[in-house]
Amino acid sequence: MDVKGLKEYLAWLYYQYLLVTCSYVLEPWEQSIFNTLLFTMVTMVVYTAYVFIPIHTRLALEFFSGLFGGQHESTVAFMS
Amino acid sequence: MATSTADKVSNGNIHRHNQNINTFKSDAYVRSGFSNHCNKHNGKANGGLDKRPFKESFDQAPLYVAVLTYVGFGVVTLFGYFRDFLRACGLEKCHLAQEREEQKDFVPLYQDFENFYTRNLYMRVRDNWNRPICSLPGPQFDLVERVSDDYNWTFRNTGKTIKNVINMGSYNYLGFAENNANFLTTVADTTRQYGVGVCSTRQEMGNLDIHNELEDLVAKFLGVEDSMTFGMGFATNSMNIPALVGKGCLILSDELNHTSLVLGARLSGSTIRVFKHNNIQSLEKLLRDAVVHGQPRTHRPWKKILILVEGIYSMEGSVVRLPEIVALKKKYKAYLYLDEAHSIGAVGQTGRGVTEYFGLDPSDIDVMMGTFTKSFGAAGGYIAGKKELVDFLRTHSHSSVYATSMSPPVTKQILRVLKCIMGQDGTTMGIQRVRQLAENIRYFRQRLQEMGFIIYGNEDSPVVPLLLYMPGKVGAFAREMLKKNIGVVVVGFPATPITESRARFCLSAAHTRGMLDKVLSTLDDLGDYLSLKYSRHSKSTQDRTLRRNSVVNH
Repeated sequence: MDVKGLKEYLAWLYYQYLLVTCSYVLEPWEQSIFNTLLFTMVTMVVYTAYVFIPIHTRLALEFFSGLFGGQHESTVAFMS
Repeated sequence: MATSTADKVSNGNIHRHNQNINTFKSDAYVRSGFSNHCNKHNGKANGGLDKRPFKESFDQAPLYVAVLTYVGFGVVTLFGYFRDFLRACGLEKCHLAQEREEQKDFVPLYQDFENFYTRNLYMRVRDNWNRPICSLPGPQFDLVERVSDDYNWTFRNTGKTIKNVINMGSYNYLGFAENNANFLTTVADTTRQYGVGVCSTRQEMGNLDIHNELEDLVAKFLGVEDSMTFGMGFATNSMNIPALVGKGCLILSDELNHTSLVLGARLSGSTIRVFKHNNIQSLEKLLRDAVVHGQPRTHRPWKKILILVEGIYSMEGSVVRLPEIVALKKKYKAYLYLDEAHSIGAVGQTGRGVTEYFGLDPSDIDVMMGTFTKSFGAAGGYIAGKKELVDFLRTHSHSSVYATSMSPPVTKQILRVLKCIMGQDGTTMGIQRVRQLAENIRYFRQRLQEMGFIIYGNEDSPVVPLLLYMPGKVGAFAREMLKKNIGVVVVGFPATPITESRARFCLSAAHTRGMLDKVLSTLDDLGDYLSLKYSRHSKSTQDRTLRRNSVVNH
């Protein structure tokens, strides 16, 4: 288990993130603010996805299957 | 082919004029390129006018790079607004110039983008510029070590110097920035004889005999009738263009011309029109419009049309398309002003600039201008051409009337370097340096392309811009290179387009193969560490000539 190699790789990935988002030039407290904000936004996006995407896909599938196969199952479609 | 050029070269004098032997028949690429420009090829496209293949490349980076660059700038801009807000509130001390309380109701002075950019981005990475140097700027130099305690607002010297940093930023193309006492004996003697200051202008008491000697030698070097030298390269452009053109004349200037050319053009009072960088179609369209429509309201013909171009553009590393421009100027009866600041001494078989590189006759170019700062290790500039032109400038140029003439040690240094390059001092050192530079250029560019970096510019240009794109990487690159004892110049927004920041390498004949290898291996490692290898061409299977023969104008 190459823990040291993995740690170095993660450090390198963090360095790339700093370079790409130009946080490399910011002072440490600005970097903390930026990381916090970004982390919060990503967490909110992930949470929203987790809560809403299954329900929305299920509803969308039912809507479209209701449209195409509607002649036979029009009564069943409204009962979900 | 190789032996004939070698014979001609060892003489130090190239006879370019009476070679009608192989001009009309040989359509194929002639490597030596010393034959006369022939009029039969006017109807052909690009390939016919150039005597050698013209390889320039300006690769585009993948799209994600551009997107991420904008993201980086966006983040820094947001934090810039945040910090400005803190400064305005008084929560943070402001280190920069501010308006006084009484002026708060007036038009704001420090709110434009340039000031914003300077305060909030440039200051954060400022330690990579203006580094004090404490030795000769040769192939290796010493830097003063300095640190900043408050994020680059103030610096203090630690007292140590960083020794033997490899110099990849100085314009020392032929390596004549040297302090070897043996080579500088004539310069020392001249200083003892004439002193250092001239204390007068050319037209009053500042015309020394060594100035006349220098001008004759420069004219002989370039193959023209006469030349005139000035004390400052920037002033050569900005003070002489107003003497040559004025109201009622038209200046067609390249997009990426140097500030001295732009300033000279604006000072002259002529109409200025800009054509796209190195783009012949754009220039031809402008010329046609100028000849057909004349001056804006009266439609009278223009008194003079002057095309301003440079030999090598120092930010891009591109070489001007001289044969096509000369053909255009002959067709439309315009004048050509060629600024060879970076190309004199650095390109061409014997270092005589882009005219020799393309195999053209120097009398085709109306005004040849150059500087002695880059390849000659001195200071000053020259303008060369026909005798009538130079005689006119001797009386009408602002520089000759008001500016102090060139200092004697500097004049003697240029004389010694010119004699060295022409072979008149009895050694072949000059021509060896020119060849060493060409070899260094070829090697360096080829290795960088193989590694997968995006390099701009012509294959034969000693200026190598390596694209970095993202603003975070600009600061990181310069700092990491300094840690490895290599000094580079990185360039960002005001001098380049905002998304195309780059590191600019200037090669020198004084760089040994060992130094170049050290730089290249460091670049290889750093390219992987900072992920700078954006080139989409695969390294092993590329056919370089095929890909680079097509020139992309951006």
